[in-house]
Amino acid sequence: MSLADFYVPESAGGLPISLVRVEKAFGALSVLANFNLEVPAGQFLAVVGRSGGGKSTLMRLIAGLDAPSSGRVGIGGRKVERLHPSVRLLFQEARLVPWQTVVENVGIARGPNWQEKARGTLADVGLEGREGDWPSVLSGGQRQRVALARALVSEPQILLLDEPFGALDALTRIEMHRLLERIWTGRGFTTVLITHDVAEAVALADRVVVLREGAIALDIEIDLDRPRQELADPRAVDLQRQILDAV
Amino acid sequence: MAETSVAGYAAGETRRPNLKSLGGALAPWVLPVALLIVWEIAARTGLVTARLMPAPTTVAAAFWRSLLDGSLFFHTLASTQRALIGLVIGGGLGFVAGVVNGLWRPAETLFDSTLQMVRNIPHLALIPLVILWFGIDETAKIFLVSIGVFFPIYINTFYGVRTIDPQLVEMASVYGLDRKALIRRIILPGALPSILVGLRYALGFMWLTLIVAETISATSGIGYMTMNAREFLQTDVVLLGIIVYALLGKLADVATRLIEKRVLVWHPAYQAKPGGEP
Repeated sequence: MSLADFYVPESAGGLPISLVRVEKAFGALSVLANFNLEVPAGQFLAVVGRSGGGKSTLMRLIAGLDAPSSGRVGIGGRKVERLHPSVRLLFQEARLVPWQTVVENVGIARGPNWQEKARGTLADVGLEGREGDWPSVLSGGQRQRVALARALVSEPQILLLDEPFGALDALTRIEMHRLLERIWTGRGFTTVLITHDVAEAVALADRVVVLREGAIALDIEIDLDRPRQELADPRAVDLQRQILDAV
Repeated sequence: MAETSVAGYAAGETRRPNLKSLGGALAPWVLPVALLIVWEIAARTGLVTARLMPAPTTVAAAFWRSLLDGSLFFHTLASTQRALIGLVIGGGLGFVAGVVNGLWRPAETLFDSTLQMVRNIPHLALIPLVILWFGIDETAKIFLVSIGVFFPIYINTFYGVRTIDPQLVEMASVYGLDRKALIRRIILPGALPSILVGLRYALGFMWLTLIVAETISATSGIGYMTMNAREFLQTDVVLLGIIVYALLGKLADVATRLIEKRVLVWHPAYQAKPGGEP
């Protein structure tokens, strides 16, 4: 299967990511070795694997939070040297600033017309009318929505998600999946989702990569119709089984 | 919270909750008032020597006298002025030192252990030295107050800056905040609860230092007023001075609480109705 086979949305407002012979070691411990990965512009990639399999390391490398020990991490054809301005990161925790209101959190980087833009993005994630609230009065799902709005407000071309829905209850998680899929379909940014939830990976991604002991154990296309109906499609169940076997 | 829910449950019967809340408001005053009455009786009946422990009414009369001749106002103003100047100088320096050492490792390495060493000297032990340096004029007292308030503010500011959630700092850098914005929007507001704790301690030290400094050498201030009264065995004025100190201390505490309530409005502990949506 070649890279061109993967589904890429038409409005590709994304940037491609490429990792070439990347190695990352912490002291004597090698997390990634001779690692190669190409993510075309606009693709929704899910990276699945067990804890300690190198998922988070991979994401920190793409984000520019860490530098590879050797090899090259590139975004849009250019080497990642530090944080890329059009890459946004959604963490496992919402990481909202408690002393800033919801709208101030979304517009944390400020800039021209930040309030207007923040309000618009909050409406996109379904939080209209909550602009003036403090984060402490929000539920877990609402906080993660604010965090998503904060990531989207600068119109990123790459969105990195580090198990952002892991702490949410099952119903809220499904809501967040629908929301993310809808926004991604509309905007077409390249997305890398780190998760250990195989069902989540199949429900959202165009392509799933299974990471095991720092190497790619499986690289599979998820060619299901969008918008996806969770749990409904027997093909999805089959794909989930394949992925689980590889993890 | 508890009071509102009680009032809400008893919404049908209006009288009882009112009485209850009135009783609740009065309860803290029962013991002090009872003590005052016992004290008054003891002083009047000669159970305690009125010259050593004058009756509350005598103290009240002293208060009225000093209020009329303006001496109470004069001395309180003098003390408050010294206290505030010392607080601004010492507190300001403590805040700056705390922020700089908290943010910048080389500064911490260079200064922190020295400051910790100096901190362990009781600052009132410096009084003889301070008198030698500055004589007995205003500078000496302001200097002592400044040292007294410096350390609580320094330590708590430093601690507040150092214990900022590193995840928030990482988030801020991922979202493109520069250093100035990081300090202004993340680090200082995050350190504020701790800084305010420091301020409350500092206010306690401020009055304590001032009392001692004024009793040793002064020509004005509450401390001077009480020491002067002692010379003439005006025990009522001495007691009055102590009460004024207590009131000034309480006033400072109330002021910090108001500041906390105002600037920590985001904090769950200061919000009227906590909790998320169902």
